[in-house]
Amino acid sequence: MRVERSSTQMHRLSRRGFLLQAGGFTLALAFCARPGGAIAQLSNKSPHPLDLHRPNVWVTIGADDQITLISPASEMGQGVMTSIPLLIAEEMDADWNKVKVLQAPIDKAYGNPKFGGVQTTGGSQTTRAFFDPLRLVGSQTRKIILSSASALLNAPIDELTTEPSVVVHRATGRTLSYGQVAASGRFPDSISEVTLTDLKPVADWRYLGKNLPRIDIPSKVDGSAFFGIDILLPGLLYGAVARPLVQGEVPISIDDAAAQPIRGVKKIVTLPYGVGVIADDVWAAKKGRDALKIIWSTKSRARKYSSDQALSEHRALASGERGSPLIVVEHGDAPSALRSAFKVMTSTYVSEHVHHATMEPPNATALVSKGRVEVWGPFQAQTIVQSLAAKVTGADSEDVAIHTTLVGGGFGRKYEADFALDALSLANAVPGQPVKVIWTREDDVQHGKYRPIAAQFLQVGLDRTGKIIAWHHRIVADSIMARYNPVLFEKGGGLDASVTEGINFNYEIPGLLGEYVRVDHGVDVGFWRAVGPGYTKFAVECMLDEIATASDVDALEMRLRLLDRQPRAQKVLQAVAEMSGWTRRPNGAPLGIAYSDAFGTHCAQVAEIDASPETGEIQVLNVWCAVDPGPVMQPENVEAQITSGIIFGISHCLHEQINIVNGEVQQSNFNDYRVLRLSEVPEIHVRVLSSPMESPGGIGEAGVPAIGAAIANAFAAGNGGHRLRHYPFVPERVKAVLKA
Amino acid sequence: MTIAFVINGNNVEVDADADTPLLWVIRERLKLTGTKFGCGIAQCGACTVHLDGNAVRSCQTFLEDVAHRHVTTIEGLSANSDHPLQKAWVAEQVPQCGYCQSGQIMQAAALLKSNPKPNRREIVEAMDGNICRCGTYPRIIRAIERAIGET
Repeated sequence: MRVERSSTQMHRLSRRGFLLQAGGFTLALAFCARPGGAIAQLSNKSPHPLDLHRPNVWVTIGADDQITLISPASEMGQGVMTSIPLLIAEEMDADWNKVKVLQAPIDKAYGNPKFGGVQTTGGSQTTRAFFDPLRLVGSQTRKIILSSASALLNAPIDELTTEPSVVVHRATGRTLSYGQVAASGRFPDSISEVTLTDLKPVADWRYLGKNLPRIDIPSKVDGSAFFGIDILLPGLLYGAVARPLVQGEVPISIDDAAAQPIRGVKKIVTLPYGVGVIADDVWAAKKGRDALKIIWSTKSRARKYSSDQALSEHRALASGERGSPLIVVEHGDAPSALRSAFKVMTSTYVSEHVHHATMEPPNATALVSKGRVEVWGPFQAQTIVQSLAAKVTGADSEDVAIHTTLVGGGFGRKYEADFALDALSLANAVPGQPVKVIWTREDDVQHGKYRPIAAQFLQVGLDRTGKIIAWHHRIVADSIMARYNPVLFEKGGGLDASVTEGINFNYEIPGLLGEYVRVDHGVDVGFWRAVGPGYTKFAVECMLDEIATASDVDALEMRLRLLDRQPRAQKVLQAVAEMSGWTRRPNGAPLGIAYSDAFGTHCAQVAEIDASPETGEIQVLNVWCAVDPGPVMQPENVEAQITSGIIFGISHCLHEQINIVNGEVQQSNFNDYRVLRLSEVPEIHVRVLSSPMESPGGIGEAGVPAIGAAIANAFAAGNGGHRLRHYPFVPERVKAVLKA
Repeated sequence: MTIAFVINGNNVEVDADADTPLLWVIRERLKLTGTKFGCGIAQCGACTVHLDGNAVRSCQTFLEDVAHRHVTTIEGLSANSDHPLQKAWVAEQVPQCGYCQSGQIMQAAALLKSNPKPNRREIVEAMDGNICRCGTYPRIIRAIERAIGET
């Protein structure tokens, strides 16, 4: 065995398993002589597939030609269970029809490289993080196969090529399937490590850039898809937890006289944050929970919080001199440019709390038994659940297995572990028996991790010619990171990139100052699809429109000028203008345009709306969107994700709002937390542009940020310049704006 | 109490409180987990099943309501996942997270049973009670229209 700088050491784990480096991963490659041998190792619930140094088996090749690839991210609708393993398949030249995909077990090895190896799915970071590393894993695998085949065929390696899952020696017409190579057991002791230059040129892509059917879809049309809520285990018990109406209160006294006699109720468990009921069936658990009479403390800080009042305070802070803003981004000297500006325009944009309302409510199942813990559920953040499980049960992290199911909607809500905490706390009270906790929709809506309310103040300086010379954007909002990752928050000196993302942009402005003022209300806020850009782009893109109108410049033209050195941005804007008939606008219905560069993806949108002055209802008629996410893995899936983001964005900017009064959430279910329904969906036209040589951008969230601004800008165009500056645009606000 | 009914062609007897929602009987007792819990108040349609051929919300249908009646769930919609709607759903690659799709398909199947050639307005009307948080709505319409064209 040689160890060279330019080569990667094949560390033999067993007769047919190897460890080597590829794409920044320690790659273990498993070959098995028997059909499916290593696959069984992966699926027998062992968190350690090869059980040696905890290597990460990404690729398993069976003698029967079956190839098993690992899907490292949670599948919550964004298509990653197909698109990510496909990166490996493309480069190793696997026959996709013979590929089986397995959800990664909990293991640091499968962590997201962009999150420091933490196993989480979010931030539109999956493709961005795995694009290069997993193609390298695939390429390295192919190289090993070729090297082995070279020895087996007694042919020089450079005379060998591959067809899907087959090594071909053209000169002699001989072939070896990958399964035959795997079965041979002959592998090189050392092999040079592949680099990015070894990857296939885009023109040679066999799968990427095409539309392959998503592998999870057949199971999603016949009821067989398996979500967290669907876990059924022998002896399964059900749990429900009563939480206080106000976050942070604790149970003072519990009267369970009415709950105990309910058929099926087995145990009442007092928890530090609530009261749990364990029962034989799900309905008994809920009935038991609802029958508890609990007196709660009344000392929580959250009791002082009312979102309406807080938003007024945020608004005052945003434009006022108080508070101590932290600088998020600074180019040039915006303050002095503002002082010397010919004209200064100011505006404040505000946004309410919004809730995820994933169709699959939060749920989890846990089993605590003799120092070992198993947790099943629709998780976006496996590593977080694992450390929580260790903390709650006292087990070693190593002894906690996390089984990630399909996720019935995530949008950031399942990045949290509070629902896993319920299952773990109750399972801990009945060792050896699995407990499933399913939140009701009321639990979900009233105990959310809402997007923070935000007030954004913008101050823009123009010179005599109308050119923007200074841009000052101040965001006042609570921090998500301060709660979710206090260590990171402290390290960042009190900044929170998730909350302020989007404050920096591709527009070229000589003086740019972005600031953040944190306001801490003691009420949890969380990551909501698109997080910061979900509201920062609302402010930025509406402000640009206000300036364009005041300067009598076309809103498209203005953006194109500010993006003079951003050809990809210009291209999506020009495409969306062409699609929507932007230049013909004076003859047609009023349109609004907006652009987002968030998540590394260029996304331009035009909305056409109809607003009724009588009812205050806004109807979105058409949305045109041109998007360039860099290299496009699956064009139709990109279209689906962008459409999804647009619909999610429309839903939140027209309807969605959580009000908190004295700490109590006023909404409880879909009857009062309104989300967009089918009859309200506009015609949506998406054009996907590909920039294959660029770094990949995200698509799961990229459709969300611009749409609210496009709608508000269309509203202003059609209603004499009246501006909607408050999310959501509910009828009362629309009517008030029109009357002003 | 024990209630007898027919589910996907099979006779079953279930011993549970009469006010237990059919949803939980189907899912946790009979282990047909394709039917989903979404809201519990008949606002979202995720739990839609057929009761004697009509689409109902199983979260607001109770065990006592189904005595001696026929219930069909997504698992019983077709023998080999080959109902025209299921095929159209795959062809149009409708699902994203997929959680609401059983309910969407059951709702659409009931529509096509009573009205084999619905127009766009009728489709929108029939499907408006089914929420899809991923926003697969445009593809749901395309899939229903494809299924109509192919039957």
